Amino acid sequence: MNDSFKPKIIYFLCSWCGTGGSETASAFGLHYPENVLPFRVNCTGSLSTVYILRAFLEGADGVVISGCHPGDCHYNNGNFRARRRVAIIKSILDTLGLEPERIWFRYVAHGEGKRFVDTAAEFNDYIKKLGPNPLKTRRDI
Amino acid sequence: MSKTLYIDENVNDGIKKFLRCILENGKVKGVLTLINEGEKIAYSLISNPELIKYTVPLYPIMPLNAARSLSHITLSEPISEPIAVVIKPCEIRAFIELVKRSQGSVENIFFISFTCGGVYPIKMNVNGKINEKIDNFWRLIEKNEIDADLRASCKVCKEFIPYNTDMTIFLAGNKEINNQCRIFLNTDRAEDFAESTDGNIVQDKINTELIDELKVKRLEERKKLFEDKKIEKLGLEGLIDIFGRCISCHACGNACPICYCSLCYFDSQESEYKPVDYESELEKRGAIRVPPNTVTYQVGRLIHVGISCVGCGCCEDVCPSEIQLSTIFIKGSESIQEKFNYIPGKNPEELIPISTFDIKEFPEVET
Repeated sequence: MNDSFKPKIIYFLCSWCGTGGSETASAFGLHYPENVLPFRVNCTGSLSTVYILRAFLEGADGVVISGCHPGDCHYNNGNFRARRRVAIIKSILDTLGLEPERIWFRYVAHGEGKRFVDTAAEFNDYIKKLGPNPLKTRRDI
Repeated sequence: MSKTLYIDENVNDGIKKFLRCILENGKVKGVLTLINEGEKIAYSLISNPELIKYTVPLYPIMPLNAARSLSHITLSEPISEPIAVVIKPCEIRAFIELVKRSQGSVENIFFISFTCGGVYPIKMNVNGKINEKIDNFWRLIEKNEIDADLRASCKVCKEFIPYNTDMTIFLAGNKEINNQCRIFLNTDRAEDFAESTDGNIVQDKINTELIDELKVKRLEERKKLFEDKKIEKLGLEGLIDIFGRCISCHACGNACPICYCSLCYFDSQESEYKPVDYESELEKRGAIRVPPNTVTYQVGRLIHVGISCVGCGCCEDVCPSEIQLSTIFIKGSESIQEKFNYIPGKNPEELIPISTFDIKEFPEVET
């Protein structure tokens, strides 16, 4: 593992559970790696696939998406829709020989502060092993 | 066994005779089909029966995907008088997908389609080149062979038998196109229309032997194309190589029947780089293409329309840089359509997978 490599990770969190998880984490004084950048969206179901793609092309090494657990969505089914979208984007990236494993999708509930920081740390280690996103230094994309 | 209308003419004259009949006896108020005006062929809506003689309903050319024409007509409200349309199977499928997205209505539209032998690239429509090619095309249909000059997407198309049509003309897979016009009547409305014309209605069984043979040939072509282009192993280098030629004109999106958004994200200010964005990108990369993000556009478009892509090949046809878009789009969309077991435009009742969900699915997506 290259210790000098600090990946840039975008963590899309829904306003209700994902962000709630990060609030709980702060209430308990839990820490997550500083290179993980939380990005709040209203609902994971409202997150367009274009933004996930754009994050990669503009230099993110990995993207995590966290919404409410099944059945907990503030809008009833936004998380299920997000899951379908992630399935689509992963499938396309896989077909084109890009790296679908740089996208993670994990449910985090409002009270799961520990799960939030664990996910951030686990993904950070995973991306460190995977190495930098080759897209971010390309000048011809 | 299904009811079939026999007209004692060759297939081209037969369908023209039928169209003229239904226009004259008032079954329909208009016909949307291709008109050949010597140098150019274009979709037109015709109400005057005298003009039917200029039409070429079965010509192997797709000036634009007719789903777009139908959407233009029916976007604001369903058409009030019945019209007949003679369009290709993929055009009907694309239109059904647009209707699912509230971009049109099938009300009062009488669909006529045919077992499709494919179309030539639109460059054949320049200076009437298609007219020189056409005899050869009919000969190859009779021989049940695939012309090497067809659109790449047509050569590999496996959905050439139309869904959701009132009438299906037996074209590809029929060796007798020069002597007979056989039209399968799929709905009561079609039977009613056929009875008002002077053809013979008989019970007939569709002979699928040649169609199956053609399907096998096309599947072979499909396998060959994907292997030749190495789509699965493209990777980043391959994609940049291919899309590096893109000039960001977005013609592919404008020609695509599924890309309907009136303001595309990629045409909006939101996607536009500001000077500060260029500066920050330059810090990372040392150089940047202007305008940037051709790969984002292409992959983003594939993710957006992939689930409904009918593989008509219009995107590749209009590309000024001759990027093999349809191959990439067919392969990419195949992977997600298989995932959802969804054939775009097959069943009008079925919801688009992205507008619905199952509570328990895709456990592999959750990490």
